[in-house]
Amino acid sequence: MRFGVLVFPGSNCDIDCYKAVEALGEPVDYVWHTADDLSAYDCIIVPGGFSYGDYLRCGAIARFTNVMGALVKAAEEGKYVLGICNGFQILTEAGLLPGALLRNNSLKFRCHPADLRVENASTPFTREYEAGEVIDIPIAHGEGNYYCDEATLAELKANNQIVFRYAGSNPNGSIDDIAGICNKAGNVLGMMPHPERAVSELLGSVDGKRMFTSILSAWREQNGAAAR
Amino acid sequence: MFKATVYVTIKENVLDPQGTAVQGALHTMGFDDVERVRIGKYMEIDLNTADRAEAESRLKAMCEKLLANTVVEDYRFELTEHVKEGV
Repeated sequence: MRFGVLVFPGSNCDIDCYKAVEALGEPVDYVWHTADDLSAYDCIIVPGGFSYGDYLRCGAIARFTNVMGALVKAAEEGKYVLGICNGFQILTEAGLLPGALLRNNSLKFRCHPADLRVENASTPFTREYEAGEVIDIPIAHGEGNYYCDEATLAELKANNQIVFRYAGSNPNGSIDDIAGICNKAGNVLGMMPHPERAVSELLGSVDGKRMFTSILSAWREQNGAAAR
Repeated sequence: MFKATVYVTIKENVLDPQGTAVQGALHTMGFDDVERVRIGKYMEIDLNTADRAEAESRLKAMCEKLLANTVVEDYRFELTEHVKEGV
């Protein structure tokens, strides 16, 4: 299984994502934002950071780069797309996920471990977690306050698209304590917390590791490559 | 040539924490009559066209696609014509 990690000017979690995949033993490439072909990749990670300095709005400018045209196509083809933090913001700007991310209601940049409840353990990203399980994944954001209108929220609930909720106190004021959502098809996930920063005991938690092993096992099952 | 001024504001029903913080500061300073503060963005854009209708439709497209996120923001713009210097 081949992973691509997108890199925009200002991405700063690209290396962490690369390392998390490398630890899985799978091939992974950095993909510069000018690329217009993602056909070589089975899973594309849109990492955290401050693409284009967050000018105008988080993710607003990154959304119009060449590679995003290719990403939309890959998402439509059913490839796995994981947007973390700024990556989540970019996916909402691109319309691959509904809603928008607003400034934290506390006005503080929040950077600390956070308890998340796995609400949907049947996505390709969460299949190795248990539904209702509480996991420890760090957050680091100033604009992670997920917002959508009531109709969209009802739709997210009806389609089981809310993948993670904050289990402790809500660090940013997001609607319905949402920390991560997926698209209707389930192959595109956006989340504010950073699973790539929770893949080693040295980092304080290994709860993010199962996200990467989930993706791999989902892909192997889908492609009949269980023997690999 | 047209000069456009574009205003992007957070929708009325969406919380504006920056505005709330500034309101709090104004109250602390004794400006108790401040009932509400909303913070938005102001942009100036020069457009090289002589056609007002075209300028308006281009600006609308710019706002809808990039300048505002219509999920959470409203926008409006004003257009003023100005003659290029030396023409």
